[in-house]
Amino acid sequence: MTLSILWVAIGGFLGAVARYAVSRRIPFRKGRLPWGTFTVNGMGSLCLGWIIGSAAPPNFLLFAGTGFMGSFTTFSTLNREAILLKQENEWTPMLLYLGITYGAGIPLAWLGYWAGSTG
Amino acid sequence: MNYLAVGVAGMVGALLRYAIGLLFLPDRPVHEVTFPFGTWIANGIGCFALGWFQTRVFSGLSSVWRTAIGTGLIGSFTTFSTFSVETVQLLQSGNPEMAAIYLLLSLWGGLFLAWAGGRIGRIQAKRAG
Repeated sequence: MTLSILWVAIGGFLGAVARYAVSRRIPFRKGRLPWGTFTVNGMGSLCLGWIIGSAAPPNFLLFAGTGFMGSFTTFSTLNREAILLKQENEWTPMLLYLGITYGAGIPLAWLGYWAGSTG
Repeated sequence: MNYLAVGVAGMVGALLRYAIGLLFLPDRPVHEVTFPFGTWIANGIGCFALGWFQTRVFSGLSSVWRTAIGTGLIGSFTTFSTFSVETVQLLQSGNPEMAAIYLLLSLWGGLFLAWAGGRIGRIQAKRAG
């Protein structure tokens, strides 16, 4: 139990730092889609799918899955950005953003899961 | 400095999410797939909290604190990857209805709570002057 907390903590630290690094490189600018958040959420879904699909050992699951990928991807920023787009009356970008995030995220998770469980 | 602050806050966010996950751990065998309440609740709370934080307290804080709480703590507390993998698992275990409900509740719930958090935060900020 104590050790499992440690794995989640280290993974969570690194995942948040990695997401922050991506958001600095690809910041959310007015009139554009939030590509930074889209990138982390898509990549994270693919990787977590693979981790879960390959039935990784419990400690690795806590570190890389719950910790790193859990923190690397974000749901709150996704929705906040969508609401900000709505407030600017950017309806098309908002719907497009939600569409590509969910439309790519779930198939990517499936692809990772499939690759992990067959490879 | 920002990186360290985001990392520490992200660590706390991940641990809180883990704790909620354990709290809502289904009282059933692991292989039996159930509705992912833990992720859904953490994501919902986080959406409301981020909207509220950015409209109510944001301007009163230094940029290190804003980034630590918004990007680090709340960003890590919520997760998209777990949501998408859980949806896939629900589909794969032959529960397409539950997968659809989870998807729709996350999509609409997340948007509504992010909107409500921002709205309440703005009203409070206006009242506080």
